[in-house]
Amino acid sequence: MVVEKRTRDVGEIPMCSMADIAFLLLVFFLVTTTINTDKGIGLFLPQWGDQMNVPKKNIVNVFINASGEVMIADDPTPIPLIEKIIRARLEAPGMRDLLIVSLKPDKATEYDVFIEVLDQIKLAEADRISIAEVEK
Amino acid sequence: MKFNRKSKVKSDIPTASLPDIIFMLLFFFMVTTVLRLFEGLPVDLPEAMKIQKIESRRHTSYLWISSKGLMSFDDARVSVNDESLYRSASNRVNSDPQLTMSLKYDKKVPMELINDANNELRKANALRVNFATGLKVR
Repeated sequence: MVVEKRTRDVGEIPMCSMADIAFLLLVFFLVTTTINTDKGIGLFLPQWGDQMNVPKKNIVNVFINASGEVMIADDPTPIPLIEKIIRARLEAPGMRDLLIVSLKPDKATEYDVFIEVLDQIKLAEADRISIAEVEK
Repeated sequence: MKFNRKSKVKSDIPTASLPDIIFMLLFFFMVTTVLRLFEGLPVDLPEAMKIQKIESRRHTSYLWISSKGLMSFDDARVSVNDESLYRSASNRVNSDPQLTMSLKYDKKVPMELINDANNELRKANALRVNFATGLKVR
């Protein structure tokens, strides 16, 4: 009698589906990765307790009141004109590196208006912007 | 007379290394993905024209202030009155000096609250900030 040798099962993980599994994972991570970046107006805040004395003639004060009206120095100004006025001030001889635009919002000013004004000042390419403390 | 074809050129792309390539892509996306469960407070961002991108999400923390005055730093509720904002911000800055703060403030927040929040950030030495806005088209 001939005893047949049983073929031994060799435990193997099927490799051909590996690519499919990897693809599935890949698609998952592709979908969950968010590409949209955070955008906004970049600024450096001054250090706490850091105070500077600046001669008055180098400062342009931009006041914003509670209802969102803007005054540059002493002139009431509509918001879309701020860029022009600040730019003109910056282009005065020797002022580019000296001029500080000081933003002075009221405590009840809405953030929306503040950003609009800040945007205008940024558009005028002013580098030195100060945000004044609101008066309580 | 019979012409023999000289050689049969095999025109197959080798697929044996395909899993390796896919895995490489997979690892790339796994490493670059930052999973976030918390989406922040509901805020209506203002819009601006002169905006910049924040380069790295990894070095970014978020501060939300909603129109109701609720405040949240990354995933935790904070407040300007009990130093909780100061403490979380300064912990974060100490562990990552390259930190950029993305400030997601609602349109309607009064400047008084924003001033307080910014002062807490200044105390915590989180000085590089970015006022988050949408893009306004002229």
